[in-house]
Amino acid sequence: MELLINLFVNGLSTGMLIFLLAAGLTLIFGLMSVLNFAHGGLFVWGAFSAVWVYATTGSFMLSILGAVVTGVVLGFVTEKIIITPVYGNHVQQILITLGFMLVLTEMIKVVFGPNQLAAKVPPYLDGSWEVGDVILIKYRMFIILIGFAVFGVIQFILKRTKVGLIVRAGVLNKEMVQALGINIKQVFLFTFIAGAALASLGGALMAPYSGVVYAEMGLEFGILAFIVVVIGGMGSLPGSLLAAILVGLAGSFMAYYVPALSLAVNMILMALVLIFRPQGLFAAKG
Amino acid sequence: MANLLEMRDVHTFIGEYHILQGVNFTAPKGQVSVLLGRNGAGKTTTLKTIMGLHPAKSGAVLFEGQPIEKLPTHKIAKSGLGYVPEDQGIFSTLTVEENIRVAMLDQSDATAKRVDYVLTLFPDLKKFWKKDGGNLSGGQKQMLSMARAFVQDSRLLLIDEPSKGLAPVVIGTVIEAIHELKKQSTIVLVEQNFRMASIVGDTFTLIDDGRTVHTGEMGYLVENEEMKRKYLGIG
Repeated sequence: MELLINLFVNGLSTGMLIFLLAAGLTLIFGLMSVLNFAHGGLFVWGAFSAVWVYATTGSFMLSILGAVVTGVVLGFVTEKIIITPVYGNHVQQILITLGFMLVLTEMIKVVFGPNQLAAKVPPYLDGSWEVGDVILIKYRMFIILIGFAVFGVIQFILKRTKVGLIVRAGVLNKEMVQALGINIKQVFLFTFIAGAALASLGGALMAPYSGVVYAEMGLEFGILAFIVVVIGGMGSLPGSLLAAILVGLAGSFMAYYVPALSLAVNMILMALVLIFRPQGLFAAKG
Repeated sequence: MANLLEMRDVHTFIGEYHILQGVNFTAPKGQVSVLLGRNGAGKTTTLKTIMGLHPAKSGAVLFEGQPIEKLPTHKIAKSGLGYVPEDQGIFSTLTVEENIRVAMLDQSDATAKRVDYVLTLFPDLKKFWKKDGGNLSGGQKQMLSMARAFVQDSRLLLIDEPSKGLAPVVIGTVIEAIHELKKQSTIVLVEQNFRMASIVGDTFTLIDDGRTVHTGEMGYLVENEEMKRKYLGIG
Protein backbone atom coordinates (compact mmCIF):
# COMPACT_ATOMS: atom_id res chain seq x y z
CA MET A 1 0.00 0.00 0.00
CA GLU A 2 2.81 2.41 0.91
CA LEU A 3 4.33 1.75 -2.51
CA LEU A 4 1.12 2.79 -4.23
CA ILE A 5 0.88 5.93 -2.10
CA ASN A 6 4.48 6.85 -2.86
CA LEU A 7 3.95 6.30 -6.59
CA PHE A 8 0.79 8.39 -6.33
CA VAL A 9 2.56 11.28 -4.56
CA ASN A 10 5.44 11.16 -7.04
CA GLY A 11 3.04 11.20 -9.98
CA LEU A 12 0.91 13.94 -8.48
CA SER A 13 3.89 16.22 -7.81
CA THR A 14 5.26 15.70 -11.33
CA GLY A 15 1.78 16.35 -12.67
CA MET A 16 1.58 19.62 -10.77
CA LEU A 17 4.85 20.83 -12.28
CA ILE A 18 3.58 20.00 -15.74
CA PHE A 19 0.29 21.75 -14.89
CA LEU A 20 2.11 24.99 -14.07
CA LEU A 21 3.65 24.89 -17.53
CA ALA A 22 0.47 23.78 -19.29
CA ALA A 23 -1.84 26.28 -17.54
CA GLY A 24 -0.31 29.26 -19.32
CA LEU A 25 -0.07 27.36 -22.58
CA THR A 26 -3.74 26.40 -22.63
CA LEU A 27 -4.90 29.96 -21.84
CA ILE A 28 -2.56 31.40 -24.46
CA PHE A 29 -3.87 28.98 -27.08
CA GLY A 30 -7.48 29.20 -25.99
CA LEU A 31 -7.65 32.99 -25.89
CA MET A 32 -5.05 34.08 -28.38
CA SER A 33 -5.03 31.06 -30.70
CA VAL A 34 -1.25 31.19 -30.48
CA LEU A 35 0.83 28.02 -30.74
CA ASN A 36 3.72 28.98 -28.51
CA PHE A 37 6.52 26.44 -28.86
CA ALA A 38 8.81 28.78 -26.92
CA HIS A 39 6.83 28.18 -23.74
CA GLY A 40 9.35 25.59 -22.54
CA GLY A 41 12.07 28.22 -22.94
CA LEU A 42 10.31 30.40 -20.37
CA PHE A 43 10.19 27.37 -18.07
CA VAL A 44 13.92 26.76 -18.34
CA TRP A 45 14.74 30.44 -17.81
CA GLY A 46 12.64 30.29 -14.66
CA ALA A 47 14.59 27.25 -13.50
CA PHE A 48 18.03 28.80 -14.11
CA SER A 49 17.02 32.19 -12.66
CA ALA A 50 15.81 30.50 -9.50
CA VAL A 51 18.99 28.45 -9.12
CA TRP A 52 21.13 31.55 -9.66
CA VAL A 53 19.14 33.71 -7.20
CA TYR A 54 19.17 30.92 -4.61
CA ALA A 55 22.94 30.47 -4.97
CA THR A 56 23.43 34.24 -4.70
CA THR A 57 21.04 35.11 -1.88
CA GLY A 58 20.43 31.82 -0.10
CA SER A 59 16.72 32.64 -0.05
CA PHE A 60 14.36 30.12 -1.63
CA MET A 61 11.47 32.60 -1.58
CA LEU A 62 13.59 35.20 -3.39
CA SER A 63 14.58 32.56 -5.94
CA ILE A 64 10.89 31.89 -6.67
CA LEU A 65 10.22 35.62 -6.91
CA GLY A 66 13.23 36.06 -9.21
CA ALA A 67 11.95 33.32 -11.51
CA VAL A 68 8.48 34.87 -11.67
CA VAL A 69 9.96 38.30 -12.46
CA THR A 70 12.09 36.69 -15.19
CA GLY A 71 8.93 35.11 -16.60
CA VAL A 72 7.07 38.42 -16.56
CA VAL A 73 9.90 40.27 -18.35
CA LEU A 74 10.47 37.50 -20.90
CA GLY A 75 6.71 37.14 -21.41
CA PHE A 76 6.36 40.86 -22.12
CA VAL A 77 9.30 40.86 -24.56
CA THR A 78 8.18 37.64 -26.27
CA GLU A 79 4.60 38.83 -26.79
CA LYS A 80 5.64 42.24 -28.09
CA ILE A 81 8.50 41.16 -30.37
CA ILE A 82 7.86 37.53 -31.32
CA ILE A 83 4.12 36.92 -31.06
CA THR A 84 2.47 40.21 -32.06
CA PRO A 85 3.65 40.11 -35.72
CA VAL A 86 2.30 36.57 -36.23
CA TYR A 87 -1.18 36.73 -34.69
CA GLY A 88 -3.60 34.73 -36.82
CA ASN A 89 -0.94 32.74 -38.69
CA HIS A 90 -0.31 29.33 -37.13
CA VAL A 91 2.44 28.30 -39.53
CA GLN A 92 4.45 31.44 -38.82
CA GLN A 93 3.76 31.02 -35.09
CA ILE A 94 5.17 27.48 -35.09
CA LEU A 95 8.28 28.50 -37.03
CA ILE A 96 9.06 31.68 -35.10
CA THR A 97 8.36 30.24 -31.63
CA LEU A 98 10.37 27.10 -32.38
CA GLY A 99 13.22 29.34 -33.49
CA PHE A 100 12.84 31.51 -30.40
CA MET A 101 12.83 28.36 -28.25
CA LEU A 102 16.27 27.51 -29.65
CA VAL A 103 17.44 31.07 -29.02
CA LEU A 104 16.23 30.93 -25.42
CA THR A 105 17.95 27.57 -24.93
CA GLU A 106 21.26 28.77 -26.37
CA MET A 107 21.06 32.03 -24.42
CA ILE A 108 20.91 29.96 -21.24
CA LYS A 109 24.34 28.56 -22.16
CA VAL A 110 25.66 32.05 -22.90
CA VAL A 111 24.42 33.54 -19.63
CA PHE A 112 24.79 30.60 -17.21
CA GLY A 113 27.41 28.51 -18.99
CA PRO A 114 27.10 25.27 -20.97
CA ASN A 115 27.05 22.88 -18.01
CA GLN A 116 24.11 21.75 -15.97
CA LEU A 117 23.74 23.35 -12.56
CA ALA A 118 22.94 21.65 -9.29
CA ALA A 119 19.77 22.79 -7.54
CA LYS A 120 19.10 22.28 -3.86
CA VAL A 121 15.95 21.87 -1.86
CA PRO A 122 15.87 24.53 0.92
CA PRO A 123 16.60 23.00 4.34
CA TYR A 124 13.10 23.59 5.68
CA LEU A 125 11.59 21.64 2.77
CA ASP A 126 14.20 18.89 2.80
CA GLY A 127 13.52 15.46 4.24
CA SER A 128 10.26 13.64 4.71
CA TRP A 129 7.38 12.89 7.00
CA GLU A 130 6.60 9.34 8.05
CA VAL A 131 2.93 8.54 8.36
CA GLY A 132 2.78 4.91 9.44
CA ASP A 133 4.67 3.00 6.79
CA VAL A 134 4.24 5.75 4.25
CA ILE A 135 7.08 8.21 3.63
CA LEU A 136 5.94 11.57 2.32
CA ILE A 137 8.75 13.66 0.84
CA LYS A 138 8.26 17.25 2.03
CA TYR A 139 9.27 18.99 -1.18
CA ARG A 140 6.88 16.89 -3.28
CA MET A 141 4.05 17.69 -0.89
CA PHE A 142 5.03 21.36 -1.18
CA ILE A 143 4.81 21.19 -4.98
CA ILE A 144 1.38 19.53 -4.80
CA LEU A 145 0.21 22.25 -2.43
CA ILE A 146 1.52 25.02 -4.68
CA GLY A 147 -0.02 23.37 -7.75
CA PHE A 148 -3.49 23.25 -6.21
CA ALA A 149 -3.05 26.77 -4.77
CA VAL A 150 -2.12 28.14 -8.21
CA PHE A 151 -5.11 26.36 -9.75
CA GLY A 152 -7.34 27.88 -7.05
CA VAL A 153 -5.98 31.39 -7.61
CA ILE A 154 -6.36 31.18 -11.40
CA GLN A 155 -9.86 29.78 -11.05
CA PHE A 156 -10.72 32.61 -8.65
CA ILE A 157 -9.42 35.19 -11.13
CA LEU A 158 -11.24 33.56 -14.04
CA LYS A 159 -14.55 33.04 -12.22
CA ARG A 160 -14.75 35.98 -9.83
CA THR A 161 -13.07 38.97 -11.46
CA LYS A 162 -13.95 41.15 -14.44
CA VAL A 163 -10.61 40.48 -16.12
CA GLY A 164 -11.22 36.74 -15.72
CA LEU A 165 -14.69 37.13 -17.20
CA ILE A 166 -13.20 38.94 -20.19
CA VAL A 167 -10.56 36.22 -20.65
CA ARG A 168 -13.27 33.53 -20.59
CA ALA A 169 -15.37 35.51 -23.05
CA GLY A 170 -12.30 36.07 -25.24
CA VAL A 171 -11.59 32.33 -25.38
CA LEU A 172 -15.10 31.87 -26.81
CA ASN A 173 -15.35 34.85 -29.20
CA LYS A 174 -12.54 37.41 -29.55
CA GLU A 175 -14.33 39.48 -32.18
CA MET A 176 -17.40 39.96 -29.98
CA VAL A 177 -15.29 40.98 -26.99
CA GLN A 178 -13.76 43.78 -29.07
CA ALA A 179 -17.20 44.80 -30.35
CA LEU A 180 -18.22 45.25 -26.71
CA GLY A 181 -15.57 47.92 -26.24
CA ILE A 182 -12.77 45.84 -24.73
CA ASN A 183 -9.17 46.16 -25.88
CA ILE A 184 -8.42 42.51 -26.59
CA LYS A 185 -4.73 43.22 -27.25
CA GLN A 186 -4.28 44.29 -23.63
CA VAL A 187 -6.03 41.12 -22.52
CA PHE A 188 -3.73 39.10 -24.80
CA LEU A 189 -0.65 40.73 -23.29
CA PHE A 190 -1.87 40.19 -19.72
CA THR A 191 -2.65 36.53 -20.45
CA PHE A 192 0.68 35.91 -22.16
CA ILE A 193 2.64 37.46 -19.30
CA ALA A 194 0.64 35.48 -16.74
CA GLY A 195 1.29 32.30 -18.71
CA ALA A 196 5.01 33.06 -18.93
CA ALA A 197 5.17 33.76 -15.19
CA LEU A 198 3.48 30.42 -14.48
CA ALA A 199 5.94 28.62 -16.75
CA SER A 200 8.86 30.25 -14.94
CA LEU A 201 7.34 29.36 -11.57
CA GLY A 202 7.10 25.77 -12.78
CA GLY A 203 10.77 25.86 -13.77
CA ALA A 204 11.77 27.31 -10.41
CA LEU A 205 9.94 24.55 -8.54
CA MET A 206 11.21 21.87 -10.89
CA ALA A 207 14.87 22.74 -10.25
CA PRO A 208 15.14 21.40 -6.67
CA TYR A 209 12.77 18.55 -7.59
CA SER A 210 15.07 17.18 -10.27
CA GLY A 211 18.29 18.28 -8.53
CA VAL A 212 19.87 19.68 -11.67
CA VAL A 213 18.91 22.16 -14.35
CA TYR A 214 20.11 22.02 -17.95
CA ALA A 215 19.36 24.12 -20.99
CA GLU A 216 17.46 21.43 -22.94
CA MET A 217 14.94 20.68 -20.18
CA GLY A 218 12.64 23.35 -21.58
CA LEU A 219 12.11 21.38 -24.77
CA GLU A 220 11.40 18.15 -22.88
CA PHE A 221 8.84 19.71 -20.57
CA GLY A 222 7.42 21.90 -23.32
CA ILE A 223 6.41 18.77 -25.24
CA LEU A 224 4.82 17.31 -22.10
CA ALA A 225 2.87 20.53 -21.62
CA PHE A 226 1.57 20.37 -25.20
CA ILE A 227 0.46 16.77 -24.64
CA VAL A 228 -1.38 17.89 -21.50
CA VAL A 229 -3.10 20.77 -23.33
CA VAL A 230 -4.24 18.41 -26.10
CA ILE A 231 -5.54 15.84 -23.60
CA GLY A 232 -7.21 18.42 -21.37
CA GLY A 233 -8.74 20.46 -24.19
CA MET A 234 -7.45 23.69 -25.63
CA GLY A 235 -8.38 26.63 -23.41
CA SER A 236 -9.59 24.58 -20.45
CA LEU A 237 -7.79 25.08 -17.14
CA PRO A 238 -9.56 22.24 -15.26
CA GLY A 239 -8.84 20.07 -18.30
CA SER A 240 -5.14 20.89 -18.07
CA LEU A 241 -5.09 20.12 -14.34
CA LEU A 242 -6.74 16.75 -14.81
CA ALA A 243 -4.60 15.90 -17.84
CA ALA A 244 -1.39 16.94 -16.05
CA ILE A 245 -2.27 14.74 -13.08
CA LEU A 246 -3.10 11.87 -15.47
CA VAL A 247 0.21 12.28 -17.30
CA GLY A 248 2.14 12.55 -14.02
CA LEU A 249 0.47 9.48 -12.51
CA ALA A 250 0.75 7.43 -15.69
CA GLY A 251 4.46 8.24 -15.90
CA SER A 252 5.02 7.40 -12.24
CA PHE A 253 3.16 4.07 -12.25
CA MET A 254 4.44 2.95 -15.63
CA ALA A 255 8.04 3.76 -14.67
CA TYR A 256 7.69 1.28 -11.80
CA TYR A 257 5.51 -1.45 -13.32
CA VAL A 258 6.30 -1.32 -17.05
CA PRO A 259 9.48 0.78 -17.37
CA ALA A 260 9.74 0.08 -21.10
CA LEU A 261 6.48 1.95 -21.66
CA SER A 262 7.10 4.83 -19.28
CA LEU A 263 8.13 7.24 -22.02
CA ALA A 264 5.48 6.09 -24.48
CA VAL A 265 2.56 6.25 -22.08
CA ASN A 266 1.98 9.98 -22.59
CA MET A 267 1.86 9.57 -26.34
CA ILE A 268 -0.54 6.63 -25.94
CA LEU A 269 -2.78 8.75 -23.71
CA MET A 270 -2.75 11.59 -26.24
CA ALA A 271 -3.45 9.22 -29.15
CA LEU A 272 -6.44 7.72 -27.29
CA VAL A 273 -7.87 11.16 -26.59
CA LEU A 274 -7.33 12.26 -30.19
CA ILE A 275 -9.12 9.14 -31.46
CA PHE A 276 -12.08 9.09 -29.07
CA ARG A 277 -12.44 12.75 -28.02
CA PRO A 278 -10.39 14.93 -30.36
CA GLN A 279 -11.55 18.17 -28.72
CA GLY A 280 -9.92 17.04 -25.46
CA LEU A 281 -11.47 16.11 -22.14
CA PHE A 282 -12.74 19.60 -21.27
CA ALA A 283 -12.54 21.67 -24.46
CA ALA A 284 -13.73 25.27 -24.11
CA LYS A 285 -16.90 25.52 -26.19
CA GLY A 286 -16.98 28.25 -28.81
CA MET B 1 -32.72 65.48 -39.47
CA ALA B 2 -29.09 65.14 -38.37
CA ASN B 3 -27.21 62.03 -39.44
CA LEU B 4 -25.71 60.04 -36.61
CA LEU B 5 -23.69 57.88 -38.99
CA GLU B 6 -22.47 58.53 -42.48
CA MET B 7 -20.47 56.38 -44.91
CA ARG B 8 -18.89 58.06 -47.92
CA ASP B 9 -17.68 55.98 -50.87
CA VAL B 10 -16.41 53.17 -48.62
CA HIS B 11 -14.31 50.39 -50.13
CA THR B 12 -13.48 47.26 -48.14
CA PHE B 13 -11.38 44.24 -49.01
CA ILE B 14 -11.49 40.86 -47.30
CA GLY B 15 -8.21 39.23 -48.23
CA GLU B 16 -7.89 39.80 -51.97
CA TYR B 17 -11.64 40.19 -52.51
CA HIS B 18 -13.00 43.67 -53.11
CA ILE B 19 -16.31 43.37 -51.24
CA LEU B 20 -17.51 46.95 -50.72
CA GLN B 21 -16.95 48.93 -53.90
CA GLY B 22 -18.44 52.28 -53.02
CA VAL B 23 -20.98 52.22 -50.21
CA ASN B 24 -22.70 55.49 -49.35
CA PHE B 25 -25.07 55.38 -46.44
CA THR B 26 -26.57 57.61 -43.79
CA ALA B 27 -28.35 56.77 -40.55
CA PRO B 28 -30.53 59.70 -39.39
CA LYS B 29 -30.70 60.15 -35.64
CA GLY B 30 -33.64 58.46 -33.92
CA GLN B 31 -34.64 56.38 -36.93
CA VAL B 32 -34.36 52.76 -38.03
CA SER B 33 -32.32 52.60 -41.25
CA VAL B 34 -32.49 49.29 -43.05
CA LEU B 35 -29.77 47.91 -45.31
CA LEU B 36 -31.30 45.66 -47.93
CA GLY B 37 -29.92 43.55 -50.76
CA ARG B 38 -29.52 40.01 -51.97
CA ASN B 39 -27.30 37.43 -50.25
CA GLY B 40 -23.67 38.37 -50.71
CA ALA B 41 -24.43 41.98 -51.65
CA GLY B 42 -22.22 43.33 -48.86
CA LYS B 43 -24.69 44.20 -46.09
CA THR B 44 -22.96 42.29 -43.29
CA THR B 45 -19.58 43.55 -44.49
CA THR B 46 -20.96 47.09 -44.30
CA LEU B 47 -21.80 46.60 -40.61
CA LYS B 48 -18.43 44.97 -39.96
CA THR B 49 -16.69 47.84 -41.71
CA ILE B 50 -18.52 50.37 -39.52
CA MET B 51 -17.36 48.37 -36.45
CA GLY B 52 -13.77 48.16 -37.72
CA LEU B 53 -13.89 44.37 -37.88
CA HIS B 54 -13.22 44.60 -41.63
CA PRO B 55 -11.63 48.06 -41.79
CA ALA B 56 -12.33 50.28 -44.79
CA LYS B 57 -9.52 50.48 -47.32
CA SER B 58 -10.72 53.88 -48.52
CA GLY B 59 -13.60 56.26 -47.98
CA ALA B 60 -14.92 57.75 -44.76
CA VAL B 61 -17.09 56.52 -41.91
CA LEU B 62 -18.33 59.35 -39.69
CA PHE B 63 -20.06 58.87 -36.36
CA GLU B 64 -21.50 62.06 -34.87
CA GLY B 65 -19.37 63.87 -37.44
CA GLN B 66 -16.11 62.29 -36.30
CA PRO B 67 -14.13 59.91 -38.54
CA ILE B 68 -13.97 56.39 -37.06
CA GLU B 69 -12.71 54.37 -40.03
CA LYS B 70 -9.14 54.24 -38.69
CA LEU B 71 -10.06 53.40 -35.10
CA PRO B 72 -9.70 49.89 -33.65
CA THR B 73 -12.95 48.03 -32.98
CA HIS B 74 -12.94 48.51 -29.19
CA LYS B 75 -12.60 52.28 -29.55
CA ILE B 76 -15.42 52.39 -32.10
CA ALA B 77 -17.61 50.42 -29.70
CA LYS B 78 -16.67 52.69 -26.81
CA SER B 79 -17.53 55.78 -28.82
CA GLY B 80 -21.17 54.65 -28.71
CA LEU B 81 -21.82 51.89 -31.24
CA GLY B 82 -23.36 48.57 -30.25
CA TYR B 83 -23.16 45.53 -32.52
CA VAL B 84 -25.50 42.56 -32.73
CA PRO B 85 -23.90 40.12 -35.18
CA GLU B 86 -25.74 37.72 -37.45
CA ASP B 87 -24.82 34.74 -35.25
CA GLN B 88 -25.64 36.79 -32.15
CA GLY B 89 -22.12 36.34 -30.72
CA ILE B 90 -23.34 34.86 -27.45
CA PHE B 91 -20.63 33.60 -25.10
CA SER B 92 -22.07 30.12 -24.88
CA THR B 93 -20.55 28.88 -21.60
CA LEU B 94 -21.07 32.19 -19.81
CA THR B 95 -24.37 32.76 -18.03
CA VAL B 96 -26.83 35.40 -19.16
CA GLU B 97 -25.64 37.55 -16.27
CA GLU B 98 -21.99 37.14 -17.30
CA ASN B 99 -22.81 37.92 -20.93
CA ILE B 100 -24.36 41.18 -19.75
CA ARG B 101 -21.49 41.91 -17.33
CA VAL B 102 -18.90 41.67 -20.11
CA ALA B 103 -20.71 44.54 -21.82
CA MET B 104 -20.86 46.71 -18.67
CA LEU B 105 -17.88 48.97 -19.20
CA ASP B 106 -18.36 50.69 -15.84
CA GLN B 107 -20.31 50.35 -12.61
CA SER B 108 -22.15 53.67 -12.90
CA ASP B 109 -25.82 54.26 -12.03
CA ALA B 110 -26.47 54.94 -15.72
CA THR B 111 -25.18 51.47 -16.64
CA ALA B 112 -27.26 49.88 -13.86
CA LYS B 113 -30.34 51.70 -15.20
CA ARG B 114 -29.67 50.39 -18.69
CA VAL B 115 -29.42 46.84 -17.32
CA ASP B 116 -32.74 47.32 -15.48
CA TYR B 117 -34.25 48.67 -18.70
CA VAL B 118 -33.23 45.67 -20.84
CA LEU B 119 -34.41 43.25 -18.18
CA THR B 120 -37.80 44.94 -18.23
CA LEU B 121 -37.80 44.88 -22.02
CA PHE B 122 -36.70 41.22 -22.16
CA PRO B 123 -38.12 39.51 -19.04
CA ASP B 124 -36.89 36.09 -20.26
CA LEU B 125 -33.33 37.23 -19.60
CA LYS B 126 -34.16 37.81 -15.94
CA LYS B 127 -35.84 34.41 -15.80
CA PHE B 128 -32.75 32.66 -17.18
CA TRP B 129 -30.23 34.97 -15.46
CA LYS B 130 -28.03 32.12 -14.22
CA LYS B 131 -28.46 29.91 -17.28
CA ASP B 132 -25.64 29.48 -19.82
CA GLY B 133 -26.09 31.63 -22.92
CA GLY B 134 -25.58 28.57 -25.11
CA ASN B 135 -28.67 26.91 -23.63
CA LEU B 136 -31.07 29.72 -24.58
CA SER B 137 -33.53 29.42 -27.48
CA GLY B 138 -32.78 31.26 -30.73
CA GLY B 139 -35.13 34.09 -29.81
CA GLN B 140 -33.70 34.43 -26.31
CA LYS B 141 -30.18 34.57 -27.75
CA GLN B 142 -31.32 37.39 -30.02
CA MET B 143 -32.76 39.23 -27.03
CA LEU B 144 -29.55 38.72 -25.07
CA SER B 145 -27.40 39.96 -27.93
CA MET B 146 -29.53 43.08 -28.37
CA ALA B 147 -29.62 43.69 -24.61
CA ARG B 148 -25.85 43.36 -24.39
CA ALA B 149 -25.30 45.85 -27.21
CA PHE B 150 -27.64 48.34 -25.54
CA VAL B 151 -26.10 47.98 -22.07
CA GLN B 152 -22.76 49.34 -23.27
CA ASP B 153 -24.38 52.78 -23.72
CA SER B 154 -24.83 52.62 -27.46
CA ARG B 155 -26.32 55.61 -29.19
CA LEU B 156 -26.29 53.58 -32.41
CA LEU B 157 -27.22 49.90 -32.60
CA LEU B 158 -26.09 47.85 -35.60
CA ILE B 159 -28.28 44.76 -35.80
CA ASP B 160 -27.55 42.06 -38.38
CA GLU B 161 -30.47 39.90 -39.49
CA PRO B 162 -32.34 39.64 -36.18
CA SER B 163 -35.13 37.51 -37.69
CA LYS B 164 -32.80 34.87 -39.12
CA GLY B 165 -33.81 31.37 -38.06
CA LEU B 166 -36.60 32.55 -35.76
CA ALA B 167 -40.20 31.34 -35.66
CA PRO B 168 -42.79 33.92 -36.85
CA VAL B 169 -44.15 34.41 -33.34
CA VAL B 170 -40.65 35.19 -32.05
CA ILE B 171 -40.06 37.60 -34.94
CA GLY B 172 -43.07 39.54 -33.64
CA THR B 173 -41.33 39.89 -30.28
CA VAL B 174 -38.14 41.08 -31.98
CA ILE B 175 -40.12 43.69 -33.93
CA GLU B 176 -41.65 44.95 -30.68
CA ALA B 177 -38.21 45.09 -29.09
CA ILE B 178 -36.79 47.11 -32.00
CA HIS B 179 -39.71 49.56 -31.76
CA GLU B 180 -38.96 49.93 -28.04
CA LEU B 181 -35.16 50.26 -28.46
CA LYS B 182 -35.74 52.91 -31.14
CA LYS B 183 -37.00 55.21 -28.37
CA GLN B 184 -33.54 55.09 -26.81
CA SER B 185 -31.14 54.55 -29.74
CA THR B 186 -30.73 55.02 -33.45
CA ILE B 187 -30.77 51.67 -35.24
CA VAL B 188 -29.14 50.33 -38.40
CA LEU B 189 -30.67 47.04 -39.41
CA VAL B 190 -29.62 44.45 -41.95
CA GLU B 191 -32.62 42.31 -42.77
CA GLN B 192 -33.53 39.74 -45.44
CA ASN B 193 -37.11 39.46 -44.22
CA PHE B 194 -38.65 42.31 -46.19
CA ARG B 195 -41.92 42.18 -44.28
CA MET B 196 -40.10 42.79 -41.03
CA ALA B 197 -37.85 45.42 -42.62
CA SER B 198 -40.86 47.31 -43.93
CA ILE B 199 -42.57 47.24 -40.52
CA VAL B 200 -39.63 48.55 -38.47
CA GLY B 201 -37.72 50.59 -41.05
CA ASP B 202 -38.00 54.34 -41.57
CA THR B 203 -35.48 54.56 -44.38
CA PHE B 204 -33.81 52.00 -46.65
CA THR B 205 -30.53 51.66 -48.49
CA LEU B 206 -30.25 49.08 -51.24
CA ILE B 207 -26.84 47.50 -51.73
CA ASP B 208 -26.01 45.47 -54.79
CA ASP B 209 -22.61 43.98 -55.63
CA GLY B 210 -20.99 46.04 -52.90
CA ARG B 211 -22.40 49.37 -54.10
CA THR B 212 -25.22 51.57 -52.89
CA VAL B 213 -27.83 51.64 -55.64
CA HIS B 214 -30.83 53.30 -54.02
CA THR B 215 -31.74 55.04 -50.82
CA GLY B 216 -34.94 56.66 -49.57
CA GLU B 217 -38.00 56.41 -47.36
CA MET B 218 -39.20 52.87 -46.64
CA GLY B 219 -42.69 53.69 -47.92
CA TYR B 220 -41.26 54.39 -51.37
CA LEU B 221 -39.66 50.94 -51.58
CA VAL B 222 -42.80 49.20 -50.29
CA GLU B 223 -44.72 50.68 -53.20
CA ASN B 224 -42.02 50.10 -55.83
CA GLU B 225 -42.53 46.56 -57.13
CA GLU B 226 -39.91 46.83 -59.86
CA MET B 227 -37.17 47.84 -57.46
CA LYS B 228 -38.06 45.04 -55.06
CA ARG B 229 -38.05 42.52 -57.91
CA LYS B 230 -34.76 43.76 -59.34
CA TYR B 231 -32.73 44.04 -56.17
CA LEU B 232 -34.47 41.78 -53.66
CA GLY B 233 -36.00 39.12 -55.90
CA ILE B 234 -39.46 39.62 -54.44
CA GLY B 235 -42.76 41.11 -55.54
